[in-house]
Amino acid sequence: MTAAIELRNISKSFGETQTLRDVSLSIRPGEFISLVGPSGCGKSTLLRILAGLAPQSGGTVSIDGAGVDHLPPSGRDIAMVFQSYALYPHMTVGQNIATPLRMRQLSAAARLPLVGRLWPGQSVSRARIGQAVAQAARLVEIEAMLDRKPAALSGGQRQRVALARAIVRRPRVFLMDEPLSNLDARLRVTMRAEIAALHRRLGATFVYVTHDQVEAMTMSDRVAVMMDGEIVQCAAPTQLYDNPRDLRVARFIGTPEIATISSDELIAANQGFAPILPRDPAIAAFRPESVSLAPAPEHLQLPATLERVEQLGHEILVFLRLAGGARLTARAVAGQVPISPAGQRLDLWLPRRTPMLFDASGARMDKAPQHELAHAG
Amino acid sequence: MNTPYRFRPGQILAHVILLFLAFLFLFPFYVMIVTSVRSPQELFVPQFRWLPQQFTGLQYYIQALTEIPALTFLKNGVIVSGGILLVQLLTAIPCAYALAKFQFRGRDLLFALVLFSLTVPIQAPALPLFLGLNAIGAIDSYFAAMAPFFLSVFAIFLFRQTFRSYPDEIIQAARLDGMPEWAILWTVVVPGCLPSVAAFSVFSVTAHWNDLYWPMVVIRSTDLMTPPLGLSFFADSESGANYGALMATATILTAPLMLGFLLAQRHFVRGITMTGVK
Repeated sequence: MTAAIELRNISKSFGETQTLRDVSLSIRPGEFISLVGPSGCGKSTLLRILAGLAPQSGGTVSIDGAGVDHLPPSGRDIAMVFQSYALYPHMTVGQNIATPLRMRQLSAAARLPLVGRLWPGQSVSRARIGQAVAQAARLVEIEAMLDRKPAALSGGQRQRVALARAIVRRPRVFLMDEPLSNLDARLRVTMRAEIAALHRRLGATFVYVTHDQVEAMTMSDRVAVMMDGEIVQCAAPTQLYDNPRDLRVARFIGTPEIATISSDELIAANQGFAPILPRDPAIAAFRPESVSLAPAPEHLQLPATLERVEQLGHEILVFLRLAGGARLTARAVAGQVPISPAGQRLDLWLPRRTPMLFDASGARMDKAPQHELAHAG
Repeated sequence: MNTPYRFRPGQILAHVILLFLAFLFLFPFYVMIVTSVRSPQELFVPQFRWLPQQFTGLQYYIQALTEIPALTFLKNGVIVSGGILLVQLLTAIPCAYALAKFQFRGRDLLFALVLFSLTVPIQAPALPLFLGLNAIGAIDSYFAAMAPFFLSVFAIFLFRQTFRSYPDEIIQAARLDGMPEWAILWTVVVPGCLPSVAAFSVFSVTAHWNDLYWPMVVIRSTDLMTPPLGLSFFADSESGANYGALMATATILTAPLMLGFLLAQRHFVRGITMTGVK
């Protein structure tokens, strides 16, 4: 019921432009993996290559150890949920869900319109399909809508139909291409939880493409961050947040964005940083929660000015600027920091230990990051 | 308080113009129908009368069905325009689908050829077509009346535009669901583009039902004559003076088109506005 996926040196180019360069990724059986990245990074293209909907320019795809490059999409035992849901508009919900089974379990003659029903020896298959459809519909709670057309459904309901159509034939691999991006914010949170629950219940391998890092972080076992046609880092969500391999990953994951300061500016602001920073110029990065607005032990003080404050209810975000021009964001519990007008002097404290350091090209340099290699073998 | 709705002068003017144009278009039909139920002499009196002076009832209609083979013309019209439409759809739809949704070498050239062919009128290749049909001995047959129109570049063009706007993701979903490509086309894409098919059908059937030129070139026998050809044939010869019977025949022969258009009107208009053609 579940399968490992191996992508080896996949590349794809459209004419002159190269959308994917030498991408390798191994996905474990039953894993929920997200491909995340800004639009145009090649994540959807990679998913389509995996599905067999688009041919790759180079590299191989194998599922469960067997190469599938020669197989059409329908032969790869995968199901896909599309951003636009891609339901058949002229069929009812029930027919939509039944289609993948009808194509596999009924003969071509039995699928003919009108006369197909008269073909002998199909009642068992038809009954089995009916049961499977009902079961899939129950799983995503749309039993009451089986006779309606997709046009009569809301976005969330259509999404459920698309999920039911994917799960009805129990594929080994589920591919999801930004399935939640057409839903409103509230529904997105609900569906996020439901898809995660579905993954646990089915135990199949899920490959989930999204541009929303929150979706990727909350649902996945591992997240592969893609930039400019490459997988920059593939790791568990916490690993990705705490130990990014690349400045682009550090910036992409986490809101508000990670703050970056050159090591020279840090030392200029407080000589105490000199011993813990390397001699060569580097870029230090700080997550908002490591920026403190009150004196703390083992912290170094930096003078700053307040730029603005964002109230989020339970917490506030304080945007600060150092004398050298670098910007930092602090996260604080609401009410614990006096709200002062913009332009006010407000000191901040940073921990007296080596922060995340990146070199000029954006590569991590403070220690050999303990990441799981995206490249296998 | 609702203010009562009043027509503004501009609207009144627009409606006057529309009414005038509608009258202009409908008047010949009215004359046709009214002439079919009154004595032919009334046509030649100086003053025009709206209603028949001498009501002849169904007399001319009976004549049309018994003395003029109106039903045969009707049948031929259905066979020829229906046959043309069927083959046009069977050839144009796969061709348009390939042009709209597949990447292959020479696709743009093929499409340019389609556009180019749109500019060639039937009169241009008429002679070679006639000679060709003559050479295979097919002159004076249904096949001869239909064959030149089996491939409609207009249909290819219209359907290509429609198919292009059909969402790729649905086609991809169908591929994942295991549908063969022909099933995707005929059971998924075409049902989603029915307004276009209806629009084209109206164009095609009207054009070929009313076509006089080509049937006149290839049809000789009365048995195979399409409605306009039959009508002109009988206007010239036997019942030349019998305008009542002629108009009754004309009414019978135009009725199916009128009914068909009334039924398909909604789809037709939607198809035209949807594809942005015309």
